[in-house]
Parts: sequence; C-alpha cells; structure tokens
Amino acid sequence: MAAGGFFRRSHGVGEAGWGRTIFAAVISFIYFFPVLWIILTAFKTMNDVLAVPPKFLFTPTLENFVGVFSRPFSAGADSQATNFDLYFFNSIFIAGSSVFFALVIGTLAAFGFSRYPLKGNDTYLFIILTTRMLPAIVVIIPIILMFRVVGLAGSYTGIIALYTAFNLPFTIWMMKSFFDELSPDVEDAARLDGSSDTRVFLKICLPQVVAGLAATAVFGLILTWNEYLFALLLSGVETRTVPVAMAQTIGGDIGVRWGLLAAIETLFLIPVILVVFFLQNHLLRGVTFGTIKR
Amino acid sequence: MTSVTTTGAKSPPRILQPRLDNWPAAFILAIIISILAIALLPPKASFWVSLAACALAAASAVYNAWGRYKGGLLVAPAIALLFVMNIFPLLWSLGLSFFSYRANRMKPPAFIGLDNYEKILTDPTVWDRLQTTAIMAILTVAVQMVVGFLLALLFSKQFPLRRYLLILVLTPMMLSYVAIGAFFRYYYEPTFGLLSQFVRMFTGEPFILLATTQGAMAGIVFADAWMWSPFVMLLVLAGLVSVPKYLYEAAAIDRLSGWRQFWNITFPYIRGLLMLALLFRTIEAFKLFDVVFLLTEGGPGTSTETIAIYVYRQAIQFNKTSDSTAISYILLFTVIVLTNLYLYLANRRAREA
Repeated sequence: MAAGGFFRRSHGVGEAGWGRTIFAAVISFIYFFPVLWIILTAFKTMNDVLAVPPKFLFTPTLENFVGVFSRPFSAGADSQATNFDLYFFNSIFIAGSSVFFALVIGTLAAFGFSRYPLKGNDTYLFIILTTRMLPAIVVIIPIILMFRVVGLAGSYTGIIALYTAFNLPFTIWMMKSFFDELSPDVEDAARLDGSSDTRVFLKICLPQVVAGLAATAVFGLILTWNEYLFALLLSGVETRTVPVAMAQTIGGDIGVRWGLLAAIETLFLIPVILVVFFLQNHLLRGVTFGTIKR
Repeated sequence: MTSVTTTGAKSPPRILQPRLDNWPAAFILAIIISILAIALLPPKASFWVSLAACALAAASAVYNAWGRYKGGLLVAPAIALLFVMNIFPLLWSLGLSFFSYRANRMKPPAFIGLDNYEKILTDPTVWDRLQTTAIMAILTVAVQMVVGFLLALLFSKQFPLRRYLLILVLTPMMLSYVAIGAFFRYYYEPTFGLLSQFVRMFTGEPFILLATTQGAMAGIVFADAWMWSPFVMLLVLAGLVSVPKYLYEAAAIDRLSGWRQFWNITFPYIRGLLMLALLFRTIEAFKLFDVVFLLTEGGPGTSTETIAIYVYRQAIQFNKTSDSTAISYILLFTVIVLTNLYLYLANRRAREA
C-alpha cells in the first residue's frame, strides 16, 4: 500500500526534496484551513464562536461534543433537546443497512457482469450508471408520489430501499472493476479441477477482492451519510438523518449552534481522514464510481 | 424466481413476437399500460396496475437473461431493485409529464399531450435558470480544472511527507455538501464571518458577500470549487504518474526545454483524464443543488437559483408535479448524453491502457 499507490518504479515525474515539502505544506494548510476552522469551532464555546475578531487561541471545551450525544444541550440559560443522538442512530442505521444490502446484491451482479457477460452487457451497465448520475431531484419526484401511494414515506423501509438502489450502481461498477482485474489463471485451474461456479466465486474470487469490498463499503457509507435531498424529502420526524437535521439547524438565522454543527462534522472527519489515508490507492476509483481505475 | 417466471408465462407480451424473452416488447407494453392506467384509473389503482405492468416487463427481462445466461441470475436482483426504485418511477414520471397533474389536488390527471413541454420550453424563467446553471457550472468547473491541475503539479513528485499532506488536500472532497454549505455560510457571515472580518481589516466596513448577485455567485463557485478541485487533482495525478520514466530520460538527452517536454511528453498522458474530469465535473455541476440551497437558497432574489432548485421549488413547494417532471426529462436527457460521452471516453482510455 503506502506511497507506492501512485508511484510505479518505472513511472512518474521524479523526486523532490524537503524544499518541495515545505512549499506543499504551506499550500496544503491554506487549502485545509476551512476544515481546520471547523475543527477549531467544535472546541469553542458559543461566545468564542461568535467572537469578533476571530479567536485562534481559546480555552477548548468539550461541551459541543457532549451536546451531540446527550439530549439536553445547555447554551447559557436555556436547555434544549438536540435529538442528535437519534439522528446519528438514524444515519448510521440507514447508511449501514443500505450499504450492506447494496453490497450483497451488487457484488453478485458485478460478478455476473464481469464473468458472464449478457447480451448488451455494456448497455445494462450504462443504464445502471446513468441512474446514479441523474440529478437527485429528477429521481425523487416520482418516488415521493410512489411512496405516498404505498405508504412508505417517512419509514425506515422506504428510505433504506431507496438508498440501497442509490448505492447499487456505485457498488456494481466498483466491484466489477475489482473482479475485472483478477487474473483468470487461478479460476481456470480451479474449474479444470472440477470446482463448481459457486465454489469458484466464494473460495477464489471473493477472498481476492476483500480490500475492494471494504473500499466499496466505506465509500458507500460516506456517500450515503452525506446524501441530503433524498433524506430531506423522504425521512419523517423519527427517521431524520444528520444532514437534514444540520440543514434545519441553520434554517433559523439567529442562534445557530455552530459549535454543535462543527462537533458533528469533526466526528465525521475522523472516518473520512482514515479513509483518505488508508484507501488512497482506491480513492480515484471510489470518486469516479469505478469508471476509472488508475 | 420461479414465481416471477410463471407470472411472465401467464401473460406473454403480445406485440411483434409473442415470446417470453421478447423483453423490448414487454417494456413497450408496460409503458403503454402505465400511461393508459394513469389516464383512466384513479391514482391508487393506476399505481398498482402500472407496477404490475412493469413487474411483468421486469419478469420478461429476467426470464430473457436467465434462460440463456448464467449471469442473468446473478444480475437479476440488482436489475429488479433498480427497476422498482429508479426506472419504474422515471417511466411513471415520463407518463405524468404528458398530463396536467398537481400532487396536492384530488383532480385526476388529464391528458394534455406535449403541452407541458411546450410550456416549459417557451417559459423565460426556465431559460433564465438554465442560464444561471450554465454560468455557475462553467465558472466552477473552470476553477476546479485550473486549481486541480496546479495541485496535481505540486504533488506530482515524490517528496517527504507527501502522503500526509495529500490527506489535507483530499479531505474537502469527502465532506458533505450540507457541511460545506453550512460552514461557508458561517465564513461569509457579515458580522462574525471570517471573510467579512478579513475585509474589514482593510475597508473598516462589514462585507456582505451574499447580498449581490456576483458576490453570491462567487461565494458558491468558491465553495464548490474548493470542495471538488481535489477530484480533478486526483485524475490529473493519475495521468502524471503514468508517464514512463524513460521518456523524460530521453528528453533530458535531447535537451528538450521544460515547456516542450510538458507539451510533447506529459500532456498526451493527461489529456484523456483532463477530458474525463471535465465531463464528470460538468455532469455534477449541472446538478448543483445542496450547496446552493444551503448557502444562498437561490438568492438574492432568484439570481443564483439553479435549474435543480427551480425543479425542487416547482415540484415540492408549488406542487406543479407534471410541469416539473417535464423539466426533469429535459435534464435527464442532457445527463444521459453527457454520461454516454463520459463512458465512451473512459472505455477508450481503459482499452488503450
């Protein structure tokens, strides 16, 4: 893994020394500054958040993080339920189950598309990807109508089913790109030895793409966690997700709890940074939905 | 699986060839049945009739795939789910776009043919929103391409701590639009926002970026470009590191100038990826919704209202259901064309590699 991801020995532009490191560090920190400010805001009290001029040095507080998970969130005199513990649960539950279902269905489909091409295989794959590329608003209007009729609006079932479909194109394309890369030799040998197709899939192909499965799952989780419009229009009071709740918080202009929002986002940053670090090799594939491998 | 195929066996598609695996015919039949059902039956009944018709078409497609290929069985669940959650609703809304229908009225949909399309294509508001979207998309994609390209050049060489510094640059891309929208709103805030306070150091007055059209546009473009430049960087970087080293060694022997070396050696390797980045980002910029919605809500006035927000307002706030589905279909068509072009280029690149 390590730095080798982007660098094959015989390729690349070359090496640079510490001079480049310093230059890149300055640029990177400027680029990272808006995120850094979110992190700093997460540790500020309400007064420090709204301070003029902005405070770079302050006494850090954990009250925002406490506010995320405990119901009463006290800001000065009034104490108010934030409900973010429920929204966190919803987001994790909805994203987790939809990614799981998409992974099961999508991996099978990806294996099918990769090993047993159908007539018009590329057309199927194109249609599948198109459903992911469509503007969310285009897809959601008929789905709202449909959910109203069948009574799925605001339920976990409805939103999980929708998110499973939302994750499916991504999962299929990602997993197909991983299956396509496997060397056929081992598989052919196993088939000659009389292994069944099921056995070839479970014992030979699947173990080789475990890293790919993990990458797909993690990207799927991040994409689903971040999704806003579907959740805004389809989740009910009890199934509201974190982005919807965050957006509602900033709806009223006065008394926005920036510290609380920053704390939520800072918690979310931890998995994101781990992903960017450990899955750097699969990042390109992840952000292009598996259409570009390297 | 067996039950699905028996449903197919009971009512085979009748047009052209009455065969079970004639799935194109089954699809056409399903569309006709759905349109008729929406026209003639009350909403609830028409929904179930259309669903049954589409299930029939899906069964036919599954049967077609399954009867002949092993792969069919594997892809069937995925295709079935996508059909129910995406393709069927889209067909339904295609049907609706030929009707006059508002989701908040009891009145059943009335068939009006192409009137919705005629109405929106002659509506100056729609063209204005499309123009706003185009300006925003061109600006943000242009900034992303330039910044992404420069960042890629910065990281194109191996140097100490490169892997850790890359994390800092790549993080914005993985954040949520809601967080970006919310926090840039905080940064642009007139009294305690960072931008306003920074400007005040020079002018002595608070700076309200989002109050003017140009300012709001700049604010959105800045936030979106900041978020997605790393994407372009990632693609360009992939191109830069794929250049074989011996080409540079040969260039050094031939004493090629830096500029010539870039155009003759490096650029051919990144050209394809630049094009892919451009297309991918254009598709995404075309759908721009969340960040605008949270940052300016389309304001001031409607000056930053993108077509996606316009459709949202029409469909959700004003309940002009069938009008908005007609605009949706124009968007859908555009995205299909762009996606097709994107995949064509991506496949060609994969084949060359």
